[in-house]
Parts: sequence; structure tokens; C-alpha cells
Amino acid sequence: MLQTTAVDDGPCLSLRGITKQFPGCLANDRVDLTVARNEIHALLGENGAGKSTLVKIIYGVMRPDAGEIVWRGERVAMQSPAHARRLGIGMVFQHFSLFESLTVAENVALGMNDRKARANLRERIVEISQKYGLPLSPDQTVHDLSVGERQRIEIVRCLLQNPRLLIMDEPTSVLTPQEVEKLFETLRRLASEGCSILYISHKLEEIRALCDTATIMRLGRVVAHCVPSEKSAKELAELMINAELDPPSRSRRARAEGAKPRLAVDNLSLKSPHPFGADLKAVGFAVSPGEILGVAGIAGNGQTELMDALTGEIPTDPKETIMLEGVAVGRSGPQRRRSLGACFVPEERNGHGAVGAMTLSENAFLTAGARRSLTRFGFVNQARSVDFAREIIRRFDVRSTGPKAQARALSGGNLQKFLVGREMMQSPGALIVNQPTWGVDAGAAAAIHRALADLAEQGAAVVIISQDLDEIFLVCDRIAVIAGGRLSPPIPVEEATIEQIGLVMGGAAAKDSGGAAAERQG
Amino acid sequence: MIFFLTAFFVSVTAASTPLLLAAVGELVAERSGVLNLGVEGMMLTGAVAGFVIGRLTGSAALGVMAATAGGAALSAIFAFLTLTLLSNQTAAGLALTIFGRGFSALMGAAYVGVKGPELPKLDAPGLSHIPFFGPVLFGQDPLVYASFAIVAGVAWFLYRTHAGLVLRAVGDSHDAAHAIGYPVNAIRLGATLFGGAMAGLAGGYMSLAYSPMWAENMTAGRGWIALALVVFATWRPAWLLGGAYLFGAIMYLSLYVQGLGVAIPSPFISALPYVVTVVVLAIISRDRRRIRLNQPACLGKPFYAGA
Amino acid sequence: MRFEPRGKVSILWTYASPVLAIGLTILGAGVIFWALGQAPGPAVATFLVAPLVQAGGLSALAIKAAPLIMMGAGLAVCYRASVWNIGAEGQFTLGAIFAAGFALAFPDLPGWLLYPATLLAGVIGGAAAAAIVAFLKSELNVNEILSSLMLTYVAQYLLIYLVTGPWRDPKGLGFPQTAMFSDGATTPIVVEGTGVHLGCVAALIAAIAMWALLSKSVLGFQLRVVGEAPRAARFAGFSERRLIWVALLASGGLAGLAGMFEVTGPIGQLTTDISPGYGFTAIIVAFLGRLHPIGAIFAGLLLALSYLGGDAAQIDLGLPNAVTSIFQGVLLFFLLACDVLILFRVRFGRPRGKPVGAAP
Repeated sequence: MLQTTAVDDGPCLSLRGITKQFPGCLANDRVDLTVARNEIHALLGENGAGKSTLVKIIYGVMRPDAGEIVWRGERVAMQSPAHARRLGIGMVFQHFSLFESLTVAENVALGMNDRKARANLRERIVEISQKYGLPLSPDQTVHDLSVGERQRIEIVRCLLQNPRLLIMDEPTSVLTPQEVEKLFETLRRLASEGCSILYISHKLEEIRALCDTATIMRLGRVVAHCVPSEKSAKELAELMINAELDPPSRSRRARAEGAKPRLAVDNLSLKSPHPFGADLKAVGFAVSPGEILGVAGIAGNGQTELMDALTGEIPTDPKETIMLEGVAVGRSGPQRRRSLGACFVPEERNGHGAVGAMTLSENAFLTAGARRSLTRFGFVNQARSVDFAREIIRRFDVRSTGPKAQARALSGGNLQKFLVGREMMQSPGALIVNQPTWGVDAGAAAAIHRALADLAEQGAAVVIISQDLDEIFLVCDRIAVIAGGRLSPPIPVEEATIEQIGLVMGGAAAKDSGGAAAERQG
Repeated sequence: MIFFLTAFFVSVTAASTPLLLAAVGELVAERSGVLNLGVEGMMLTGAVAGFVIGRLTGSAALGVMAATAGGAALSAIFAFLTLTLLSNQTAAGLALTIFGRGFSALMGAAYVGVKGPELPKLDAPGLSHIPFFGPVLFGQDPLVYASFAIVAGVAWFLYRTHAGLVLRAVGDSHDAAHAIGYPVNAIRLGATLFGGAMAGLAGGYMSLAYSPMWAENMTAGRGWIALALVVFATWRPAWLLGGAYLFGAIMYLSLYVQGLGVAIPSPFISALPYVVTVVVLAIISRDRRRIRLNQPACLGKPFYAGA
Repeated sequence: MRFEPRGKVSILWTYASPVLAIGLTILGAGVIFWALGQAPGPAVATFLVAPLVQAGGLSALAIKAAPLIMMGAGLAVCYRASVWNIGAEGQFTLGAIFAAGFALAFPDLPGWLLYPATLLAGVIGGAAAAAIVAFLKSELNVNEILSSLMLTYVAQYLLIYLVTGPWRDPKGLGFPQTAMFSDGATTPIVVEGTGVHLGCVAALIAAIAMWALLSKSVLGFQLRVVGEAPRAARFAGFSERRLIWVALLASGGLAGLAGMFEVTGPIGQLTTDISPGYGFTAIIVAFLGRLHPIGAIFAGLLLALSYLGGDAAQIDLGLPNAVTSIFQGVLLFFLLACDVLILFRVRFGRPRGKPVGAAP
């Protein structure tokens, strides 16, 4: 299958002086990188460090402005991904290149250019997938598969072409801790058999556990090179960010005895409106004033449906399923729920939480129109909306050209700060946030965490839905896990461990591919 | 009775063929993710090009080729606007229709009421004279047989070849196809040109076989019905065949009933195909889940490479 | 030639693009005239300039522009909500039918009663046609482009039936037309000595009203959000279903009103030939006006000119008046093409940057 060829002992891949400029951004600045044979090499850095650009250059998706690539001792000019694949480079993207309406075998065939290689495809898929612990059935349609299973397709697709280098871009952001372990076994095996791994991640503990060497990037430059197991996670983080992080100091709030819950969800079951979504099954929890509840879970397990049910975008029956300030709101829309004091920050900033093409003041009006009295006789009070937006910008340190700036001109972190600020400044009794710091730089994330803690301090009930377990353990008082559309009973954070949470996430995920898919048909 | 049935089937075939041709071309384009609303304009362009060239050269065969080329040329403008210049596909398709109507009216102005060459019907010795089966199966003009061959060819292409798989993949997720390295715009261009060629051919059929003559706006909305047919068939060629013949039957019946002098006023009967289109769309579209599962996920969405 | 994303919307090109498109279209018109055997310069002048400078030209322009502006403003609102109402022509027709029906049924009512009622009938007719489209879209998920288009054909056949059948003028010598409407149902002329009628004024008022609706009101804000980002609209609690109805009823009602003014004004009766495709031209008006109701005023005037030019070309140059359709189609093509400059920069030559591995 994969042979070690001792052509020469030199490195597998060597990059020298790679530079790439985009309008307004120097993505890669004279980057040097060397991946040895049989090595698992980490590429470490925050969002925006330039990792994705670098690997796209290696994989032939784009050309660098300067620099050279040396592949197995020879200088090459990568023409295209097909060229890279022919040379023996495979890549598993962070966002899968899969076609939902096609089968596993068809998806694999699409990743292979060579006609001969497509012979006996179905048998070879079964063979390779079993050999490397990634079981797959060739005739299943992709939209029936879980995220973990979809990643297997991506990996098998690469393996079928006998790569010498496998690039993995943030592979574990969608896996349970148990699936991560399995993946690591597969990668170690591949490396020992002669296929080097270039492993891109910002997850420090994983890199320390898996990788032989690491190259650390920040703002387009290589800032360090090390052996990860010799460093602590804190040292690696400091190399990545080069700033002292200021974790919000938070006194764990004791729940006030007998306090009536602000938000109570009881036996919420919902059929997902999305064709490939997760149905909610008997979800229940309650949040009291001053408390932060964390809902942990991997994407695709019902978070979107839960958020839509809470905002009122999807009505629920009976209406007592969701109680806000003691009022049954299951059949009420978002505007009624806002009038009762609930505010929301959805996962998707541009297109859901905000309208990218509209100005910040218009976006401020979007949800705050009623609570901040921004209308007059059916007309929009422009002046007051502008003032409100300005206030948000000031208080939450949003970097922009002002209230008339278009929302899509803002960076991810700044737009998130604006949206969180918009909701918080409506003085909500309950705030529900989905993925509060996704795609946000460390500084903005810390500011958002602080703001959430302050809001709870002032007596609001807060719910945070997040894929980031570290964030939940940092900020929340209680934690529940959503998996396969079910919610585990919330427990205090002190009593939970990461392994335990991971098992709950994984237990349902293992059932997902059979049970949930079958249940969804019915 | 036999005579009536024969005439019925032969005429229904004639009425259905332009719908089938235009719809199968649009189906291929839509499968690659391109929504080309300009079918009516491309059909008219093909009709006028086919008629004019046919009349000038005296050859119906050359007319057919000109019709195909005319439709493809117009679709090339659409492709340039939407694939290269990333224009709104709805507006570009409408522009194509408005331009096509005007252009064909202009080109055809001198040819209204003039007689043109006609496509010959097949005349297989012996076979064509069998009662009923003869004319129906062996007595049609060549484009009818071509239409079946094309539909079968498209089905085989989409589901049995790697190239067809790639085309379906582009319509499912153009970003994923691009990431893998497939030339999304080139594939869409090819699909669009095929759609244009088929629409042009359908128009040519109308002016060279169905009528056969030229009149302004002679397609009378068939291009729009073809678009509805693609939705009705949920983007599958086999269903397209059934749908096209159903509509062809309705269109023929409305002509036939008018000829009988029935008490229903003729405009109502003429309006029937359009009303039926709306009803059929309503029945098919209300199953949102089915539409979502079968509709190419990227239909109508512009593709930005390197975004 | 390549296109490089600007990274933001160019305000300059948002307004310069239509101007450039018009310029290119005029050049294109010259080429078409030349291909048809005419000297391009004088032909273009006949087409675009002569109709304006000749006697009564400006009032002819205003009369022609009235339905285009009224429908264009309505469609601008509808399209901003991303509801693609292509059936303005059918809504125009049905509005004319309803207005005519009322006028023919009660010709002897006093004018102060008959005229407003006829006007209302026109609005209701257009809105009713659009309501069918709205129902099909919001309840049955039917694509509004196809349904509104189909209804255009149905409305046209209804018109033919009425005008050749039950409503035909018995004293009309068998022509497919109704009797002339009574004075009480005739749209008054507002400028002495010209044909400029109330509908022209109404068109301007409609454009301003649509602008106020879209830019200033809460309802207009909701329409814009649902058109830009439907998920954000749902998040904000705006009812997508209600907004679809609003967009269609508004554009349909205005189209019906335009139909009413045409048949009670310049035409004076119902015939089979009440519109040379105003409903479709209005689509171009909406786009040329940047989907802005005030922009529709200027775009409507230009496209009205193309109609007058087509007539002039027919009379003075002997060309078929299909040149109008071609001009309009080409204008839309060029507009769509020039719009690329709003989001992209044009660059000539090869992309910068050495390929990897090449000699430095």
C-alpha cells in the first residue's frame, strides 16, 4: 500500500521564503517550513495567522508571489490541486469538499483524476477504510452521514492516491474526544508507514499529544519552531499570541435559593426543518437570574434547532414548552419574546444576526427597534438609531468607521462585539448566545467573556451554546451537553470533567449514524 | 378511430418535441447550477435563424443547424454576463428574453407569412405504412427521433459517465468542486451553451416542422413552460419525457377542441396550457422537502473563485 | 482582462454604471442602424433626439413615461424584497379590465363618484392578479417568476375574450374594442393643450410614495431586510409571508393603476392592444433606476424615449419598430455588464506574482 522509498534522506517538503499578498493583508511573509519524512509536523497559529493560505499554496490552490517549494528534493511549481495530488500530496480541508446529494463512492471518485485509479473503486474504499479504522459504506448518500463519518470520506479519498504528505486543516474541531483518539491512531500509523502529516490546528493539548515538531505562525510570519511535547500549553499559547491573556475573574455564583427561573424549557421536541438537521428530543432546562448555563456540543447535534426554537424562529407546541418570565411563549415570535426581555446572538453573524449590506445603525434597529424606542408612527427614527449604534460602538470598543459603516466591512471579531453589545444594551432579562467567540481573535474573545460575566453579575440569566469546551468551563456555572438532539441534565461545572463530557458527546454520536439517520427518515 | 388515434399521437408528438428539446437543454444547464430564464428568447432566436437560413438556402437541414447555432450564440451572451461578470442570473435571463423577442421580430420582419422549407418526414419503405404504428413510430420527422436520442443521451451522460458526475457535483456545491480543482466556469459554460443550442433547436423545430413558418413571438410562452417542466420533472430526464408529452397533449387538445367548434370560447381554451402549468407547478412545489432534495443546491447562485 | 474584487461596494460606480451603459447602448444602437443600412448618426438622432425636440415631444414623453414610472417604482420595491414579479404586464391588463368593467357597467354615475371608483377598480384588478402569485408563493412554494409569467398570458386571453365577446361595442363595426368610456370615467388632462393627464402626475406621486415607504418606514425596512438577508428578517421577527404579500400587492396594485390610467386616458376604451409591453419594459426601468423608486423616474423617461424613437424609426426610416425591443434588451445587457464594476476592478495583463519554483 504505502511504501517507504529511501530515495534520499532529505526532507519530504521544504518551503523557502513563501510570500503572498492580498489586498490589504500580507497573508504570508517569507515563510520557511520543513517537514521531514515519517514526521507529524504541526502548523500552529491563531485565526488569521496565515496557515490556511500557506497550505493552499502547498496544495496548488493558489500561487505565491515569491518563494519556492521543494518537494522530495526537487523544486516544483504547483499548478493545481490535481498536480499536487499527482505528486503525492493529499489534503483534508477544514470545510469538507463533499457533495451532499451524491454517494460516498461518487464523492471519492470526484477527488480522483486518474481514470485507472477509479477502477474497482467500491472494493478499494471498503478495503482502505477498514484497514485504517475508518469504516465507510460506498453507497450511502453523504447527507445521511454524521460529520465524523464525512471526514472519513475526505481522508479515504486522499489515502486512495498513495500520498507521501497528508495535510490536515483543523481536523478535530468537529470530533468528539473519542473520535479524536481514533484519528490520532490512524495518523501515527500513516506517518510510520512513510506518509508525513502536516497538521494544522490551534488546539494546544492535541498538538502536544500528537506532533513531533511544530512551526508557529503569527500574522503571516514564522515566529518559532519547537518540539511541542517539550513545551507546556501555556508556553505554546504565549508563542502564538504573544500577549498575556486576561481570563475573566469570576466568582462562581451560588444559585439564589428559590429564585424563579427566567427561562424554562420543558420537554421540547422538534422536527428539524433542515433536510440534514438534527431533531430535538425532550430537551429541558431552566436558567435562573444571575446564572450562566453552558450548552456544550459538537456542531450538528441540534444547536441550530435549539437556538431557532428559543428565538422563536420556529414555533413550538404546546406553548408552555418555553416559558419566559413565567409566560408561555412557545407560539410567540421573536418580537414578542424580545418584549418580554429575551435577547439573542445567533451563530452566524453576517446574514442572520446582522445584514451585511446595511449600516451599523440599521443593524442596531434590526432587533432593538422596540426595546430602545427607535420608531415613530411607523417610521424609523434615524437619529435615535444612529445614536444607539454609536453608543454600542463606544462601550464595546468596536473598530469601525462609525455608525454608517456597512456591517460586512467590519472584521469578524468587531462585528461580534457589536452584535453582543447591541443585545446587552437592551438590558435583557435573559440573553442566549450561540458560539459567542467563534472566529474571533483572543482579545475580542476575552472582552466578550468579560461582558457576559458582567451581565450575569447584574442579574440576567445567560445561556451560552458553544463547541469550545474550554470557553464553557471558563465562563459558565452549569453545563449541559447536547448530542443527537438530546440534552443531558445540567450539572455544576465544578463537578464535570472534560473526559466525562466527551463521553456524553461521543456516546450519542456513535448512535447517530445508525439511529438518528434512521429516525430522521421516519 | 384508428385514423383519429394516429393523427392524435402524431400531432401530440409534434407539439411535445419543442418542449422536450428546450427543457432537456435547460435541465443540463440547471444541473450545473445555472438558471437561464432566457429560454423563450433563445427559442425565438433559433426559430428566426432557422427559418431565414432555411429559406435563403432552401435547405431545412441548414436551417436546423442555424437554429441550433443561434440559440447557442445567445446563450453565450448570458454565460458571459453571469459567469464572467457575475451578473444577477434572473435579470440576465430576462434581458435575454426581451432582446430575443426584439431581435427575432426584427430579423423575421421580412419573412412573415412567407413559406419556408419543411423538414421531411421519415418514409421507411413498408414500415411507415403500417396502420397506426407506421406513421407514429416510423413516420415522424428526424428531430422527433433526435429528441428521444438526446434525452436518452443526457440521462446516460449524467448518470453513467464521470463527466456527468462532475457536472452534477458542480451544481451541488461549486465551492467544493472548485476546491478539488474542477473548472467550474468552464463546465457551466458548456452546460449553458448546450442549453442554448437545445432551445435554439426547439425554436427551429417550430419554424421548420411544427408550423412551418415564421410569425412574431411564435413560441407563445413555450420557453417558460419548458422552465416549468424542469421543475415538474424534479431535474430528472426520464420525468421530463413524461411531462413534455403531457403538456404537448394539452396543447394539441386545446387546438383540436377549438377546431370542433365547442361552445367554450376559444381564448379560454388557448389559455388552458398556461393555467395547467400553474396548477402543475403548485402540485409539485408544495412538497418543499422533495424540491430541496432534488434541486441542485447551487442553482442560481453566482460563483466567486478565490473568494 | 481580469476582475479583482474591490472588497467593498463602489458608490461611484453604483451611479456611473447606468450612465456608462446608456452610452454603450447608444453606440450599439448606431451599429444596429448601420447594419440595417442606415447612416448611424442621423438614425440615432431620429431615434433619441428628434422625438424630444419636435412639437409636443415632451408631453408625448410624459404620457409614455407615466405607466413605466408607476410600474417601475412598484417593481423596485418588489425586487428590493427579492420577490421577482415578472407579471407586471398581466397585472396591468387585469387592472385595465377591472377599471373598464366598472366604467362600462355604470357609465351614467356622476363623475365624482365614477372616477374614483374606476380608479379603485383598477388598483384592485392589478392587486388581485398579484394576489394569486402571492398565494401560490407563500402557501404552495411556487416560484413567482413562472407563476406571474403564466398569468400574463392568461390575462391577455381574458382581455381578448372580453373585447371580442361580451364587452364588444355593438356599434363598433365588429372591431375588437369596447365602447368609449363616458366622461365621468375619463382621466382628465392636467396640462392644457397637451395630452398630459392625471396619470402622469400620479406616477410621480407613486414614485415618491414608494421611496418614502422603502427608505423611511418600518415596513420598508422590513422589505429591504427580507430581500437582503431572509434569515436575519426571521431573526428580527419580520413575517416573510406578510412581506411577500405586501411586495406583490403594492407592485400589482400600481401596475393595475397604470393600466387603469392608460385605458381611461390616452386610449379611452378597452381594446386587445392596450400595452406595447409596458410591463416588461418596467422591469428594465426598475433595474436601470438601481431598484430605487426615484431612479425609476429617470429610467422611465429614458425608456419612454425608446418607444417614441421606435415609432419615429418606423415612420421616418422605414424600420420595424422592433428596434425598440432591441434597444431595451441591449440596454439591460450593458447595464448588467457595467454593474460588474461596482464590486470589481478591471485589470489587464497577467496576474502578478512569480510561479513557485521558477527562476527569480
